[in-house]
Amino acid sequence: MSINQSGWRPEMAEERRDTTVTATGNKALMLEEALIFEIGDTHTTGVDIADAAASASKLGGLERKAEIGLPGLSEPETVRHYTRLSRQNYAIDLGLFPLGSCTMKHNPRLNEKVARLPGFADIHPLAPIQCVQGALELIDQLAHWLVTLTGMHSVAMSPKAGAHGELCGILAIRAALEARGDTRKVVLVPESAHGTNPATAAFAGYAVDNIPANQDGRVDLAALKARLGPDVAAVMITNPNTCGLFERDMKAISDAVHAAGAFVYCDGANFNAIVGRVRPGDLGVDAMHINLHKTFSTPHGGGGPGSGPVVFSQALTPFAPLPFVEKAADGSFRLVEEETAEEHHGQSFGRMVAFHGQMGMFTRALSYILSHGADGLRQVAEDAVLNANYVLRSLDDVLDAPFGPSGPCMHEALFSDAGLAEGFTTLDIAKALIDEGYHPMTMYFPLVVHGAMLIEPTETESKAALDQFVMALRSVAERAKTGDQALKSAPHFAPRRRLDETLAARKPVLVWKEPALAEAAE
Amino acid sequence: MRYLPLTADDRTAMLARIGAASIDDLFVDVPEAARLDGPIHGLPNHASELAVERHLSALARKNTVADDVPFFLGAGAYRHHVPASVDHLIQRGEFLTAYTPYQPEIAQGTLQMLFEFQTQVARLLGTDVANASMYDGSTACWEAITMARRITKRGKAILSSGLHPHYVSVANTMAKFTGDVLETAAPTLTAEPDTASLIDKIDGDTSCVVVQYPDILGRIGDLSELAAACHANKALLIAVVTEPVALGALKSPGEMDADIVVGEGQSLGVGLQFGGPYVGLMGCKEKYIRQMPGRFCGETVDAEGKRGFVLTLSTREQHIRREKATSNICTNSGLCALAFSIHMTLLGEAGLRKLAMVNHTQAVAAAERLARVPGVEVVNRSFFNEFTLKLSKEARPVVWQLAERDILAGVSMGRLYPGEDALANGLIVAVTETTTAEDVEALASALEEVLA
Amino acid sequence: MPRYFTEDHEWVDVDGDTGTVGISDYAQGQLGDIVFVDLPEEGKELTKGDDAAVVESVKAASDVYSPVSGTVIEANGDLGDTPNLVNDDAEGDGWFFKLTLSDTSELDGLMDESAYEAFVAKL
Repeated sequence: MSINQSGWRPEMAEERRDTTVTATGNKALMLEEALIFEIGDTHTTGVDIADAAASASKLGGLERKAEIGLPGLSEPETVRHYTRLSRQNYAIDLGLFPLGSCTMKHNPRLNEKVARLPGFADIHPLAPIQCVQGALELIDQLAHWLVTLTGMHSVAMSPKAGAHGELCGILAIRAALEARGDTRKVVLVPESAHGTNPATAAFAGYAVDNIPANQDGRVDLAALKARLGPDVAAVMITNPNTCGLFERDMKAISDAVHAAGAFVYCDGANFNAIVGRVRPGDLGVDAMHINLHKTFSTPHGGGGPGSGPVVFSQALTPFAPLPFVEKAADGSFRLVEEETAEEHHGQSFGRMVAFHGQMGMFTRALSYILSHGADGLRQVAEDAVLNANYVLRSLDDVLDAPFGPSGPCMHEALFSDAGLAEGFTTLDIAKALIDEGYHPMTMYFPLVVHGAMLIEPTETESKAALDQFVMALRSVAERAKTGDQALKSAPHFAPRRRLDETLAARKPVLVWKEPALAEAAE
Repeated sequence: MRYLPLTADDRTAMLARIGAASIDDLFVDVPEAARLDGPIHGLPNHASELAVERHLSALARKNTVADDVPFFLGAGAYRHHVPASVDHLIQRGEFLTAYTPYQPEIAQGTLQMLFEFQTQVARLLGTDVANASMYDGSTACWEAITMARRITKRGKAILSSGLHPHYVSVANTMAKFTGDVLETAAPTLTAEPDTASLIDKIDGDTSCVVVQYPDILGRIGDLSELAAACHANKALLIAVVTEPVALGALKSPGEMDADIVVGEGQSLGVGLQFGGPYVGLMGCKEKYIRQMPGRFCGETVDAEGKRGFVLTLSTREQHIRREKATSNICTNSGLCALAFSIHMTLLGEAGLRKLAMVNHTQAVAAAERLARVPGVEVVNRSFFNEFTLKLSKEARPVVWQLAERDILAGVSMGRLYPGEDALANGLIVAVTETTTAEDVEALASALEEVLA
Repeated sequence: MPRYFTEDHEWVDVDGDTGTVGISDYAQGQLGDIVFVDLPEEGKELTKGDDAAVVESVKAASDVYSPVSGTVIEANGDLGDTPNLVNDDAEGDGWFFKLTLSDTSELDGLMDESAYEAFVAKL
């Protein structure tokens, strides 16, 4: 007879009772955590600061007298608060994160380490340039990689994120058009585009028109050609597009756009699918942003910071923003800012941001790029595409893949909600995946596919991880097809059940108020 | 390749499942002329962790680290001590490697943190509400100007001469394309900020007045009268705070009736990082929330009635409203907001007020010491932790000379305002809790030699 | 009081030269839980087909077009605190705004109740 070392005895099953309720609300490792305003107070601090020496105030009589209302916690309480909060998050470090178009790949920790070297982390953006030569050299090296990998002519490093990069590209286009006295007013954007595309064009003062898609999920070249004319400033194309497909006609699109006197903006959010295998410069692109937090693995951090350098064709290079790094004949590096712009870069559209861009992200991205090298980056694209096609072909018998029959996908696999039981939606599948231990795929985007489910596994998933994910999604999909009601109330095992978003939007509570004040405000 | 888990056998088996003969079959949609047949020439192949670390460390060593020298740079980016636990906590994978909290059931950690952040920021700025962060102070400033345009339906903004020149530059760039009219001016080396002249400029076409507090020279002006003048003309007052620690000592712009307050949050938790990533703070009066850009986190309940948090009021944003969105911003500065929030929680009100007073008293002492150097005059009547010196010589070469002696003396106004001869002798000096009395003494004696 | 509908699912009740505008019950059902309605200001001049209001659910914002031309004389203030009125009573208490019609002949191009029902049935 073997000895049961766990202490478990069969009769214990009968002693069990419903244990879904606890006195604390905690469930073992799933710990509830109150707000800092409920556990801290304005007298507590977790930082030891020496008393200030008494001196005459120079504050101009504007001393802050009323209580600010900022609670403090001691260091152990602080560490516990945020550690507990962290455990209510899903993350790449915990598992596959198939959020299409967002590229949630592994974030190498070497990148974190080098970004924290004091020589990068503890230098001031306005330090004399002779004191920051290493930083400028790093920016120059990263710029060289980005220009070479994309086959473009130059790169603007300062944009703060992808959408900011889009703005940079569109402003350069507008500056180029204005320089030749052209006042075109319209930017064309496909219906399948990220919402940032039309928002960017509008933010830059353009009217936005749609480009229709054809049956196989790509830009309708004939319709595009018909729409082009003297009013069109630019066409914004995402390639690979948001359906996960390569725009086969990209070169023809570019040629037609150029022939009409307009420019081609490429949304580079999906560059990770083609890095090292295709250079956008060979396809006639004039400007493209690169999300360093997607293709080059800088961490998403729960919603940023990102970084969105923009590569330019020769035609747009003179209009690129300030500042940028230039290598002098003596091998030293300098910054071209407002001061020397006139002589060096007279047609620049100007400055987009204080200082020089997301240095902390440049460091991480260069670390990632050097680690992979030219050969590894090519492998990145190949494995990302292989993984996505593997998911597509492992699931297209159980989920509707609207563009599956037209050929391979790129880095993401797109499914629709066709074939689910009456009343069952993409949302139900997504929430059931949460119970299976996964972050859901991107839902209801792109808009051109009904109930879209966009799955991007990325290259940093193993085959075993993909097999388990496929098994889980098959199971959920089959339950949605047979109408398993348990799906409608999923997730059951997450820190929270489905949240009431209608209530949140109807009566917005955006800051914490003391309960008495909150009640009075009702 | 250490970051790629697939083996050669995996790849073969997967291609078989897909029904493709080779990986090239998956790239058939790429036009033949654009296909690359191997790794791009002229770029090195993959490298070991050790090799990469050595390469980057060598670059890092070429820079002068703030902590290694007497350091007085500010002008929109400030050096403060960040407690060790801040960096530890933001590196927890569940924060670092999470996405924007679009699936709230498994993102309550990020969401609750954002709700706490919004509340901390609103209280610090003195506004009713705050959003979940912007890229940085300069872009938040432009967003505030566009917000005022939408609210007032007027297109003329008056920018204070004390607004950070990079912020002015960003606004000028954007205004060229949007058609907004901006009234700008260069500052003068005078003791008081330009509040009075701003009041004179307000008229019936003004959408907003944008004023920095404390301003680029470190001067502090009461905003109450300015706010009243704006409101009398149905214009908005936008206040810009580039040093949030100041609000631990100074009355907040919200308390003086500013309508929108934006700020650069870098001082708390984030570090200098050569200018980015930083974190934009943005708060406003409650009645304007539907014109705010960026994300909001809001409180709600789940299906069991438990309190929880979600992203809300999303219909303002680009992913829903597309070309009619309030802004094109998508990714913001989540992890920097977390760092800001943790640092603020560690400080608490008591700590923040103490930190602010240490900054102020050390700056007062430094100003007094530097004023005794022949050829140095302190411009400001009031300041928090940053003030402007008027030197007897052009400041920029002085900064270079001091850099050669391993002293980072401050930001010369010649760097910020090239071509403005009247400002060339100005030197902006920041003093924080990280500045020691020895640092100040080193700066004073070096200045004495260089100015002699 | 005659009621007219548009193909964009707005309705207008006409009483003399005053029109009351809202969205149809079918439309509110398609939109889901309404969380916010952005209404036109009093005195605003609208041309038939202009963007007149915005109706928002959690994940969508839809423009509401003016079914006729005219000048806005009143917006439904109750929708500020209780946007759910649009869900509960789209064609009654959930009305959006009233306007003075500038051209009653525009009504000729709109559908009556039974024509609208037939139109919706085919969607």
